[in-house]
Amino acid sequence: MDLVLQLLFTGIGIGSVYALVALGFVLIFRATNVVNFAQGEFSMVAAFLMVVFSLKIGLPYWIAFVLALVCMACLGAVFNLAVYYPLRHRTYLPVIISTIGASIFMANTTLAIHGPEPEVLSGWFDTPGFMLGPVYLDNQYVLIIVVTALLVVLQYWFFEHTLLGKKLQATSQDKEMASLLGIPVAVMIMITFVYSAVIGGIAGILVAPVLFVSIGMGATIALKAFAATIIGGFGDVTGAIIGGLALGVIETFGAAYISVPYKDGFAFLVLIAFLIFRPQGIFGERVAEKA
Amino acid sequence: MSTSETSATAGDVRPRLRWGVPAFVLLVLAAMVLAVAVPKTGYILNISLQATTYAIAVLGLTIVLGLCGQINLAQAAFFGLGAYAVGIGQTEYGLNFWVCLLVGTGMAAGFGALLGASTLRLGGHYLAMVTISFQQIVTLVLINWIPVTKGPDGVRAIPRPGFLADGSSYLAFCIAMLAGLGFLVWRLRDTRLGRAMRAVRDNELAAGVAGIDVYRTKVTAFALSAILGGIGGGLFAGGFAYVSPDQFSFAESVVFLTMVLLGGVASPIGAVIGTGLLILIPEWLRFLKSIPGLYLAIYGAAVILIVLFMPDGIWGYLRGQLDRFKRAVLPSRTAATLALSGGGEGTDTVMEVRGLSKHFGGLKAVDEVDLTIKRGGVHALIGPNGSGKTTTLNVLSGLYRATAGTIKLNGQDVTDLPPHARTKAGLGRTFQNIRLWRSMTALENVMVGAERPGSAVDNDPAALLARARAALAFVDLEDRADEVVANFSYGHQRAVEIARALAGDPALLLLDEPGAGLNSSEKVELRNLLKRISARGLTILIIDHDMTLVSEVAQHITVLNFGRRIANGYSADVLKHPDVIAAYLGTTPDVPA
Repeated sequence: MDLVLQLLFTGIGIGSVYALVALGFVLIFRATNVVNFAQGEFSMVAAFLMVVFSLKIGLPYWIAFVLALVCMACLGAVFNLAVYYPLRHRTYLPVIISTIGASIFMANTTLAIHGPEPEVLSGWFDTPGFMLGPVYLDNQYVLIIVVTALLVVLQYWFFEHTLLGKKLQATSQDKEMASLLGIPVAVMIMITFVYSAVIGGIAGILVAPVLFVSIGMGATIALKAFAATIIGGFGDVTGAIIGGLALGVIETFGAAYISVPYKDGFAFLVLIAFLIFRPQGIFGERVAEKA
Repeated sequence: MSTSETSATAGDVRPRLRWGVPAFVLLVLAAMVLAVAVPKTGYILNISLQATTYAIAVLGLTIVLGLCGQINLAQAAFFGLGAYAVGIGQTEYGLNFWVCLLVGTGMAAGFGALLGASTLRLGGHYLAMVTISFQQIVTLVLINWIPVTKGPDGVRAIPRPGFLADGSSYLAFCIAMLAGLGFLVWRLRDTRLGRAMRAVRDNELAAGVAGIDVYRTKVTAFALSAILGGIGGGLFAGGFAYVSPDQFSFAESVVFLTMVLLGGVASPIGAVIGTGLLILIPEWLRFLKSIPGLYLAIYGAAVILIVLFMPDGIWGYLRGQLDRFKRAVLPSRTAATLALSGGGEGTDTVMEVRGLSKHFGGLKAVDEVDLTIKRGGVHALIGPNGSGKTTTLNVLSGLYRATAGTIKLNGQDVTDLPPHARTKAGLGRTFQNIRLWRSMTALENVMVGAERPGSAVDNDPAALLARARAALAFVDLEDRADEVVANFSYGHQRAVEIARALAGDPALLLLDEPGAGLNSSEKVELRNLLKRISARGLTILIIDHDMTLVSEVAQHITVLNFGRRIANGYSADVLKHPDVIAAYLGTTPDVPA
């Protein structure tokens, strides 16, 4: 039973990271109707920026953190201008291909600059963790869960209770109508990309002390996060969070009880099972074509 | 090859092929002789083998991405399945090379069909993600299932068939395979399946309504693509005698994708050009490989740049330049008159709709509507904006599933059938916002319509072509048969869409606001066209706002308001009905809410 609780905690911690990246997916999807296949690379790049700022240059942790996020915001803007915006009037296929190209470009440029050796990044806390009853709570996991919860609340408040949030929602629902009402659609899409890059970056920095910082981490996280969005119900924010948490838990238990080398395969099996038996996901999908 | 490739229609293909095919065969034979006769280093042989076997896999992407518009990011996994089958099958189980090649291809086909079948009902980004996932699973299995796959060490000493043991003759054999498969892919474009794939790529909704089983077409395209991946991989294993997991990683899937994009997705020639270039260029720029990542980073950037600036690839660009010198062939005006059976002899009711409802959440867009359409007339469905006309049409043609009620077409219950099956049962329709396959010619658009499953010309190419030309002639567009419809004026596009529906010889033609957006002279033409169609005995159900048009062509009118039927009967009576006048002129509607 103790092991179960321990695994549950770890699973929710990892799942929170998937949920954060999945949120980035969902936001961009709702704003542009396009899936950004480079979403995971935002996490990878941010983790490497932390390595540079914190380990190599030796800046204090939180200054390095803020600096990394500023860089992520710029990266999100450049990404929008170079990868999405010129293709905004084409069908989804060229855009998907273009974001895949961007993903490969970002991963391998990082590899070319940094080299293939993974890095170890320490966390925010000096102490590793504490016991709560029978369960050992790793500080970094606690931080991940708390930050994810805070971001989710913040995002909810932002979308539901601020004018900018409402404008973003309007843009995602009907771009033409939004622009007729004087909402600057191009700016809204820009904000979405910048915000998604930043939360992708936060996810990457949070998870870095748990995983190794490696070139491949982005692709792995992105695939899981995408699986999470499908499991939760595509385009649904709550679904993305629940899906992410569920996936983290499934994966952790799978690794503990079934097989470690195939740990990364479980997510995909669950994904394919969902696609066959419940393609609309837990919360139902928003994807329906209009005649 | 280039000239024959430019002919877009089946009608023109045959005469030009008279010299095209022998020239192609000569070229291939020459390449094979060169492969055997010219002495070469092991390095040149390896590069040539890699290029030919990769090109076969890239041909698969020509089908799935170029023809059908679906993405496949697991081509390296299918390539790997073929390669490992040939490797393990021969070295571990002592099977014959050909048996292994067949097994590998079969495995690729099986997994391809399975992946496609589980995903292709959903949007395109699902497929992208699922193929990436599959790719990752295959890589995991190749690395970790050591008893079978030998793990990261890979499989060594893979033999070739005895008579191809020599590298040069094996290369000649691979060239022959590439040429043969490339030819088949090239021919596929103008077959029924190829047209269906292109229709699905250009507009899925219209493809379904034209009688194409969209889902099956996509799964077929995906499975064919996997098969070509498997064949290429099997030949690759024979060529290099050694396979290991890293040769079939996601990075290689990206390389395949880049190859097809660079060369041009639309043609097998593009696949060969792209593969050749992307195998040769990195060899010339070997120094790039000294820095890990740089090489793939350039690939990634190249993908973005190609999509942004050269969406048709190198061959697409060259084709565009060549087409400027193409002689315009004036089509002869030889089309026969279009035969319309009007759905044959049956009862005098074509369509019988009872209690039809369509609810969107709490909104009753269509609420218990009854509709009886008599054979041989024009029946109009009218009503103010938002009264549920187009929703009704979408439920009738199967784009929406009815919440309640029954629809009978020629006595057959079609309520639960998908769109293509209703088309097979005798339905034809056009859309309010025109849905043509924009990259196809007018003739090709109409040919797909004429290929309606179960129609008289279903399996007879000559009759099919004659029927498509006759349908175009019926709307006075025979002269422009070979032009791409994207260049047509709005009115002409509308006419092509009607011709496409007519070509299928439907029992009932549904027209969704055919007059919308037409200028006054085009409206006169439309009215005459409707009268000519009606005169041939074909039943029409028309939605339109133009009361002049409706009252001139329709004998029967049904009026909807707020999703309910408020009047029904002969045109003259209905138009005098007080509820109809109220609904249109805006006095307090005398309708229960």
